[in-house]
Amino acid sequence: MNDRAISGLGMTVALVLGVFYTILSVFVWFLAVSLLGKTNAFPPLLPMVVTGVLVGLSNGYCKVRIRGEKRQILFSVGAGLIIALIWLLLYGFKASLTVKDVFGALITFPIIKLLSRNAMKDIPLSRTTKGHVELMVVKILRAFGLFFFTLIVVFPFYFMLATSLKSRAEYLMDPANLSVNLLQHPSKLFGGYIEVLFRFGFVRFIMNSAIVAALTVVITLIPSILGAYAVTRLRFRGRDLLSRLILLIYMFPAIVLVIPLYSVFTQAGLRDTRLGLLIIYAAMTIPVALYMLRSYFLTLPADLEEAGLIDGLSRLGVIIRITIPLAMPAIAAIGLYVFMIAWNEFLFAYMFLDTPEIFTLARGMVMLDDQEVPRQLLMAGAVIITVPIMVLFIRFQKHLVGGLTAGGVKG
Amino acid sequence: MKKYKSLAAQEARLAFWMLLPAVVIVASVILFPVIANFWISFKSIGLGDLRPPVAILRERVVQTPKKPGDELVVTYQIRNSSRDRDLSDVVVTVRIPKGASIADLDDMWTVEGKRTLKSTFDRWEGGLSRTFELRFITESEYFTRDVDPRAPTSAEIESASKNALLSSPFTLDNFRKVVQARHFSRSLIFSFVYPFLGALISILMGIMAALLLNRTFRGQSFLRGLFLFPYISPIIAATFVWVFFLDPFSGTVNALLLDTGVIDAPIPFLNAWTIDISLFGMKVPFPLARAMVIFFDAWRYFPFAFLFILSRLQAIPEDLYEAADVDGAGYFKKFRHITLPQISSVLGTIFLLRFIWTFNKFDDVFLLTGGSAGTKTLPVEVYDNAFGRGDIGAGAATAVLLFLMLSIFMALYFKLLKEVDDE
Repeated sequence: MNDRAISGLGMTVALVLGVFYTILSVFVWFLAVSLLGKTNAFPPLLPMVVTGVLVGLSNGYCKVRIRGEKRQILFSVGAGLIIALIWLLLYGFKASLTVKDVFGALITFPIIKLLSRNAMKDIPLSRTTKGHVELMVVKILRAFGLFFFTLIVVFPFYFMLATSLKSRAEYLMDPANLSVNLLQHPSKLFGGYIEVLFRFGFVRFIMNSAIVAALTVVITLIPSILGAYAVTRLRFRGRDLLSRLILLIYMFPAIVLVIPLYSVFTQAGLRDTRLGLLIIYAAMTIPVALYMLRSYFLTLPADLEEAGLIDGLSRLGVIIRITIPLAMPAIAAIGLYVFMIAWNEFLFAYMFLDTPEIFTLARGMVMLDDQEVPRQLLMAGAVIITVPIMVLFIRFQKHLVGGLTAGGVKG
Repeated sequence: MKKYKSLAAQEARLAFWMLLPAVVIVASVILFPVIANFWISFKSIGLGDLRPPVAILRERVVQTPKKPGDELVVTYQIRNSSRDRDLSDVVVTVRIPKGASIADLDDMWTVEGKRTLKSTFDRWEGGLSRTFELRFITESEYFTRDVDPRAPTSAEIESASKNALLSSPFTLDNFRKVVQARHFSRSLIFSFVYPFLGALISILMGIMAALLLNRTFRGQSFLRGLFLFPYISPIIAATFVWVFFLDPFSGTVNALLLDTGVIDAPIPFLNAWTIDISLFGMKVPFPLARAMVIFFDAWRYFPFAFLFILSRLQAIPEDLYEAADVDGAGYFKKFRHITLPQISSVLGTIFLLRFIWTFNKFDDVFLLTGGSAGTKTLPVEVYDNAFGRGDIGAGAATAVLLFLMLSIFMALYFKLLKEVDDE
């Protein structure tokens, strides 16, 4: 029962974890440096493996010899700094070191040490079993997975933001450099935004998008609430069939609707009007909203409503005084969805709007997509159209996430 | 008993009125267009036919009177705005200016009232243009009046035309054109490959992401929100970012790869049909643009699968895992024997939903590649036919084919849904 004994397997696990964390962290560091400044050649493998082995060894030592959480952490940071110096020696042997490299190493290695020490917590060095090896593999996969997903999710949006804050010359000079000089004068930093907002009329497009999306919410919610109430609370023939039909319509492809709507709206003079767009958006979102509201109404007890009816309220009174207040969280979440769908909609805005006065943001973006218009302006436009949605989403995330799975936003 | 029955009838009537607004909007903007699309697909209609043809009249003074007794000579050119579609009931109205009288009158004109001349044509062929002349003798009164010197007779024209959507004959030409078009089979195949692989990869990514976040740790809900970003961001912003990102000349990816020495020449990610990849010494052509479109789909829609699977994972009873722990099962065993069977039913539903939605998707491919480099799918084909080539009929025919194929998947989905419900 000597837990100070070290098995070969246990040590191997420690070494593998050490090497993995080192390579992943160094990679992250280099990626960050490359994007925030000058691009560097990727570091050679040998120094990474050597320092990785050192990380593994010191983790093993720490686990066996150092007692107490606090002292272990202290030891890890100290060892990390020493390994950082070794790294700088090995790496600087070939490349010329910059201040950035030195600071990077001094920060990165203690972090590597702390992370890998944490990962080693559940894995003993003696009596190491196959299960522990599996645990190591799972940990490696998890760390890698978190890195990978965070990268692919954050990176494009960071790229969007960084590009939007650059001048054309800066962007063309070094496309790989995604750093932003935040210290320059704000009128220069936000030059792209100012131009897009005021010269290309995006202020107006923001208003248009907001008006169209908000009105869509109103036009969608009223019939949907009435319809969902009827489908859940009233008995009539064909009720189940209707519920299915709603779901079916919700899967109809928009592209099939474009040609006939284009033809009819052109002849009726509804094309290139906000009203035309509103009607289409409402029709596209009513099935989703009705279906989601129906699911929510089904979870509400009917007792209260019946009590209201007995007390002499009319059906409409029941809906306004009892059902809607009870379902308010769901109605708000669904309203937000409808807002997001209308705000994001591209196809019909693109096909139906010709007059810049009534352009929505999505349509305005297409107008910007021109050889003559520099890219950072387009990215500024992309930020302008994305940010309100992101803010709304983050603010109401809790309510929205449940709804996303309940009905699923069409997309 | 009678009262009870009438109550039920009352309820049904109420339900009818409450459902009416939703049904009317959806029926007129979704169901009617789908039916109309079928109708249009059997008509030979171009984009220009949507604007109805009209008769156009041009009044021109060829001889201006100088003094009383002089002749005022006016010509009227009438033409059809359409080259090939006929007009009916063309009526030309000419007012004789005050202080002038008509010199001689053709029998095509009829006099109505004191000063109005009318001429009617039952039919006016497409592309037809004719000119008529009228001579007026002026008196002294003519010169005292304020007459428009350009159009002294203020001539007007009216015409009627048949709606092309309703009048042109039924034909199968559109379908023939669409199916026989070059590369139709190619875009048909990609229309299936794209949603299939896109759905598959997005689900695999969704499973991975869900497994990563199916634990409680600090920042878990933050990461969950973050992972949804690709899905909730506006499509136009997301596609522009990737297009610029992957640009061969000024894109970050190419610049990074070039700077680090991974590649020698920039790669046109979204415009390259294929790119040769050496695999074990053999050169294998890799369909790059098509792969990028599929990867984009996976990137954008993995959050959908992720959310569904995560909520399913959180519903798996904990004691299943505890029992497995007692048996000494490892992580991978637990995943294979507990997690996977628990989420398998939801995986099927997600796959079909994603497949259907991606099959319908127009925006993504259109904005990324415009359908070039082999990435054309049926929805993009619909757009290209109808608005790129201006052939509304052919576009509608493509949409009908798309809709028919889609209905097969929808039937499958409902069957699956019913099975899940029955379980």
